[in-house]
Amino acid sequence: MRYAMAIDTKKCVGCSDCVVACQTENDVPIGYCRDWVVEVMDGTYPQLEMEIRSERCNHCENSPCVRCCPTGASHYGEGGIVLVTENKCIGCSACITSCPYDARFVHPKGYVDKCTFCLHRVKKGLQPACVAVCPTKCMYFGDLDDPRSEVSMVLKKRKWKTLIPEAGTKPHLYFLI
Amino acid sequence: MREEIIVSGRNNPLIDPQLHIWHWEIPLYLFLGGLAAGVLFFAALYTIRGRENDYRTAVKIAPFIAPIALTVGLIALFLDLHHKLYFWRLYTTIKLESPMSWGAWTLMLVTPLSMLWCALHIKELFPKWDWKFDIIKDVLAFFEKQKIVLAWIMLISSAILGIYTGILFSAFNARPLWNTSILGPLFLASGLSAGSAITIWLSKNHDERKRFAQLDLMIIGVELFLIVHMFMGFLASSQVQIEAANLFLGGPYTAPFWIFVVILGMIVPAILEILELRKFKIPVVIPVVLVLFGSLMLRFIIAYAGQASRWLY
Repeated sequence: MRYAMAIDTKKCVGCSDCVVACQTENDVPIGYCRDWVVEVMDGTYPQLEMEIRSERCNHCENSPCVRCCPTGASHYGEGGIVLVTENKCIGCSACITSCPYDARFVHPKGYVDKCTFCLHRVKKGLQPACVAVCPTKCMYFGDLDDPRSEVSMVLKKRKWKTLIPEAGTKPHLYFLI
Repeated sequence: MREEIIVSGRNNPLIDPQLHIWHWEIPLYLFLGGLAAGVLFFAALYTIRGRENDYRTAVKIAPFIAPIALTVGLIALFLDLHHKLYFWRLYTTIKLESPMSWGAWTLMLVTPLSMLWCALHIKELFPKWDWKFDIIKDVLAFFEKQKIVLAWIMLISSAILGIYTGILFSAFNARPLWNTSILGPLFLASGLSAGSAITIWLSKNHDERKRFAQLDLMIIGVELFLIVHMFMGFLASSQVQIEAANLFLGGPYTAPFWIFVVILGMIVPAILEILELRKFKIPVVIPVVLVLFGSLMLRFIIAYAGQASRWLY
């Protein structure tokens, strides 16, 4: 099982609902966020092109954060989801510097925190909070190993890209373009 | 034109707008670890070569710097942790692919080893020292006999300590400036240079000072060579590494790096040491302090500039 997420940049309007849903669902401390929205503007007026991306941890298959963690607190959980065990983390921040996506932060309690693909919801058969609330239904979540999952189907049909693939991280966050 | 901004107001402390998660603690520790590695390396080297009496300061006096430097360095490392009470987790795991884990275990070996080495030579510093308990005397007598073995272990472990301080950075491919294998040898050379500078300072023997001034000159030459190669490598690499090099070639770190690290930390002390070898009277403290300062600045500038370098989206 390999969980992945696909986000349709043609449908996303950048409303930041996913960010608020995540903060509420996961009790993210005020001033922090596990997901965020990036707006890219290309060209000069009037020839402008815009891309909006909802970003979060890429749950890489070859995670630099898991590799550099000295205690094994950062690890691959169910379905390849990259997780942090709070009481194993010493807060050395090596994983934060190792992440090319800057997806991690130090929780005020001292351990390192990040997106979990809402594993607690996924285990119950629910969608991650950000996917569930998206008003334009631009996010797809599921198992890459299952050819009939929503995410596998949409990745077959549409053109997509990943972020910084040249870093060799094999990200599990796909952007439909 | 391309503009890329986060529109959902992400402002994670220490990450945004620019990564600055590692402050003074890490570069200070890297400097002290390198210094300890340098001092212990020369002590071990000259013990193995049987030159203890020719280079008495290097073998018997300078190593006393090591446990002090390592202890201060460890305190700095501890201060850097955000989840301090769980630090012991480092010692319930061995992770070969994590440089941080290597470092923790190397320190676990080198710190007691440096203390043992000092215990064996304590009478050099305090001639009237008495260990009081026989058991301590017996243990020390045992190690005194095994000194060559001890020196070999110290030689290898101090080299690992010196190199690992650079590998810690170079293992992060997310920070293009750090992602060069030159950093390992460069930091080792810088640590050895600091170690020999300290020995020159402490030594009262003319021949020993001359030998270590020659050694330091050689190491400074190697450092300059490595720095040139590091930039050649960056400029011939991908766009992200070209931008990383540009932080030092016109970017915000240009003046501090070339003035503090290269000119004041390497070239000026090298010239002073050459003049000294040519029998000019130069107060020894000047080149020594400059070398130590340059070594410290190298760690600070690489640590800070590395966090400013990143992948382009």
